Amino acid sequence: MEKSRPLWDNPLQFVFACISYAVGLGNVWRFPYLCQMYGGGGFLIPYIIMLIVEGMPLLYLELAVGQHMRQGSIGAWKMISPYLSGVGIASVVVSFFLSMYYNVINAWAFWYLFHSFQDPLPWASCPLNSNHTGYDEECAKTTSTQYFWYRKTLNISSSIEENGNIQWEQAVCLILAWLVVYLCILRGTESTGKVVYVTASLPYFVLIIYLIRGLTLHGAVNGLIYMFTPKLEQLANPKAWINAATQIFFSLGLGFGSLIAFASYNEPNNNCERHAMIVSLINSTTSIFASIVTFSIYGFKATFNYENCLNKVILMLTNVFDLEEGSLTADNLDSMKDYLTTTYPNEYAELLPQIKNCSLEDELDTAVQGTGLAFIVYSEAIKNMEVSQLYSVLYFIMLLTLGIGSMLGNTAAILTPLTDSKFLSSHLPREVISGIVCFINCIVGLVFTIEAGNYWFDIFNDYAATLSLLLIVLVETIAVCYVYGLRRFEKDLHLMIGHKPNWYWKIMWAFASPVLIISLFIFYLTDYIRSGTLQYQAWDATEGQLVTKDYPSYALAVIGLLVAASTMCIPLGALIIFITKRLKKNVSIRA
Amino acid sequence: MLGVLLLAFSLVTIAHAELCRPDAQNAFKVRLSIKSALGDNAYSWDASEEYLFKAMVAFAMRRYSSKETTQISDVLLCNMTERVSFWFVVTDSSRNVTTVPGSEVEAAIRMNRNRINSAFLLTDKTLQFLKISSTLSPLIEPSVPVWLIVFSVVLCLTVAGIAFLVVSGIWRYKKSNKESVETEDLEDKCDTPVTIENGIPCDILDLKTGQINGVYAADDERFTPL
Repeated sequence: MEKSRPLWDNPLQFVFACISYAVGLGNVWRFPYLCQMYGGGGFLIPYIIMLIVEGMPLLYLELAVGQHMRQGSIGAWKMISPYLSGVGIASVVVSFFLSMYYNVINAWAFWYLFHSFQDPLPWASCPLNSNHTGYDEECAKTTSTQYFWYRKTLNISSSIEENGNIQWEQAVCLILAWLVVYLCILRGTESTGKVVYVTASLPYFVLIIYLIRGLTLHGAVNGLIYMFTPKLEQLANPKAWINAATQIFFSLGLGFGSLIAFASYNEPNNNCERHAMIVSLINSTTSIFASIVTFSIYGFKATFNYENCLNKVILMLTNVFDLEEGSLTADNLDSMKDYLTTTYPNEYAELLPQIKNCSLEDELDTAVQGTGLAFIVYSEAIKNMEVSQLYSVLYFIMLLTLGIGSMLGNTAAILTPLTDSKFLSSHLPREVISGIVCFINCIVGLVFTIEAGNYWFDIFNDYAATLSLLLIVLVETIAVCYVYGLRRFEKDLHLMIGHKPNWYWKIMWAFASPVLIISLFIFYLTDYIRSGTLQYQAWDATEGQLVTKDYPSYALAVIGLLVAASTMCIPLGALIIFITKRLKKNVSIRA
Repeated sequence: MLGVLLLAFSLVTIAHAELCRPDAQNAFKVRLSIKSALGDNAYSWDASEEYLFKAMVAFAMRRYSSKETTQISDVLLCNMTERVSFWFVVTDSSRNVTTVPGSEVEAAIRMNRNRINSAFLLTDKTLQFLKISSTLSPLIEPSVPVWLIVFSVVLCLTVAGIAFLVVSGIWRYKKSNKESVETEDLEDKCDTPVTIENGIPCDILDLKTGQINGVYAADDERFTPL
């Protein structure tokens, strides 16, 4: 008797799994940056339009394919057309690359979480230098939070060529992260279904706590007003629309095969149309919600730094001119400056280069995204709050649940096709296959714990998934609409859900989404070609800041390999199937 | 007599004025930030506070050199500003009208910095001796870093969870294997003495009139009555 396919216990587990996968770190650290750069509140217009045109239809398509074919990505696309098995393999390859580097972020989140149990927080102040007369040289040039990130956490080297040694602290945190992921996927949907209850809901609890705390912080309103004021002229900038489309695309995690894998464990008559709309709406709402929290934190941090800057200037002037304490305040600073210029022109002129012009707008304008936002900016804001240990622990637990939720989807995308294949599942039980995949990923992931590891991480982050995914989803959409046939797909959906998709979905699938993806693809290709050599940001320890450097040739080769490894699977797969069919035909003709 | 006294007094004052002036040799500038340190509880700086300061410096010199020769009157203050900041210098009463070397004064103040700070309810940052750098106190490092403790706890919990799931999975697999082996054994036992047709042992069939097949039972009502 054949073993029946494991199923989710109830549709809620499936929805939670999709939310847990889609709502990830990108909602927290990429969307606020885009919102800030491309017009504040006005960015919501292209974002919502792209959600309706691109996000919901493509999500519905993937869920429907998975639920109908009831197989992982390789099997599902093979059933649509044998020539498309390359698409499934490309999805698995991209998911493999993603899971290699994504779990390193969880390792960093564990590291910061474990260090949050100290009083005071270790990134709150600089360590002392060797003879205790002052602060450490590198830390004095930059802030203590940047020093903790670049020196204590990453121990980063000054360029990608200098490899350095494996940092054992990061390595053990990475091993722990993989053990936690293995624990969650060990039993398949049985264990994953329970874990996603936690990983989907916990981030919202923490975000609500942070929302309340963030809005009550001093200066939070400055951040909110500045960021959300719509700058509608940015809507004319094509980059705003392109970034909105890209953000929706990658935020939902389309093309990795995770959604197909999750949907394949559904009951055949699950209403995936409703679930697709729910998941995409919740994903976008979470992005907006997270950006409110992020902007209030920005406002707090900017106000704090601005007031610090002012206090420094006041202290300097008070000391140099021996004025009475408290005579200089923030309000009368400008008038006092004029008075001092006239009364002591010589000394004031000498002092002028040291007096910084403190500006709140300049502080608010520093736009950060990615690991810099999550680990530097947020930890800087947290160290200035009261009860900072509690907020720090909550925040890094939130990052962990977001990251592990996404990892569950990534590993499902790799494991479902592997366990579906009869060859592997007959020889090895599911637990052993999961263990081997986690082990291989962990060993390769140790590359990211060497001193130059963060530079390799950036390579993977920027290039492993971007172009390949666009191509995969484009082929998927065209395959379902034109190769499989839209009418056949409609009938399958009618069988599953009970009603045919209405004209809106069909137009989006057949015309709007492919056109959008092709234009995104062309834009990115021309951008890569036009920019010539690729560059990266390296940390200069002597200056205490980031400098731009060119990638060496072997790094460029790795980038090329990454992109080629996944994109070439599609034509190669079709070619191999074509050749084997031809050979079989020849053999049968001759026989 | 009076004239001589006056002359000596004025000479001493002039000499003192010469000894204590901004940027003089062996003179140090002191800066106090009382309002920022104490806020509402700030005291005002007056002559009594100056006297206390002189006393503390004299105390520090006595402690450092452990010869009890420095007097409060040996410490000279000058150039008081509203900030509050002033210059001070320590004179050596045994030798005529000279100042104690700056390095000695610096070492004395360094040694007793805590006592001087506490006397004024201030800290190293709010009572600044401008040329004397303070040794910063390092953070107390516990013998086992805290993060390793938390890490070990989480690691043990995770490994225990994995072990539990793996072992229960193996146990379940073995149990289902044993059951299927047992049912196979049962069938094997029945096979040798008893022949089985369609899962029903033949000897029972012989005894009974037959087995009623339930599928057809309800169908009697479907036939149209004749």
